[in-house]
Amino acid sequence: MKDFRSRVEGERAYLLRYARLQLRDGHAAEDVVQETLLAALAGEAGFAGRSNLRTWLTGILKHKIVDALRRVAREAPLAEEEGEFDALFDQTGHWREPPSGWEDPDSLLQQKQFLAALERCLAGLPQKSARAFMMREHLGFETDDICKELGITPTHCWVLLYRARMALRECLQETWFSK
Amino acid sequence: MILSCKEASHLVSEGLDRRLGLAERVALRLHLAICDGCSHFRKQMLFLRKAMRRLAESD
Repeated sequence: MKDFRSRVEGERAYLLRYARLQLRDGHAAEDVVQETLLAALAGEAGFAGRSNLRTWLTGILKHKIVDALRRVAREAPLAEEEGEFDALFDQTGHWREPPSGWEDPDSLLQQKQFLAALERCLAGLPQKSARAFMMREHLGFETDDICKELGITPTHCWVLLYRARMALRECLQETWFSK
Repeated sequence: MILSCKEASHLVSEGLDRRLGLAERVALRLHLAICDGCSHFRKQMLFLRKAMRRLAESD
């Protein structure tokens, strides 16, 4: 038992980082990680026989994060508009600055530095877009489920995801690809 | 249906979240065939998805 406890504790830093990325709030992240660790210790039997402790803990953590996101959505409906991207296009809808190719992006995925730059860009996203985007691309939700969780229409959901992608693209262009 | 780049960029993004209709797919394909900017944009969007997967799996 003592061994299990210390192994679970050993994953705290990883879980915290994961939760911070999702929730963008240090206190809320600490809370869900604490809940996760407690649930894990209480549910050691549930782990029995599984090979990967981190995967198991992350699974629990995801549920706690979804609960937390739901709570936030209930308590604090966010203000609407979070920046439009109309400025990127001229009056006829053409790019003012057409996107150029990103060189050999696949090899970047092996670079820790690039992933760190991506995380910094994620941290800068407007909150509402960020929430929808993380649910979609990080937790792997279907769009319908995101709409339900956030209590918004599908059209609104697509707009949020579009904004998140546009903002990330801009941020990576400026902080990584233009260097 | 002739798309502007702005409309095309929306369809590229929405294509990652829902199944586009036939007319939308045709219009988008026609636009991408003649527009380098939007073609780059589409590749960047696909890359972002890959990068997010990688981030979710990393460390």
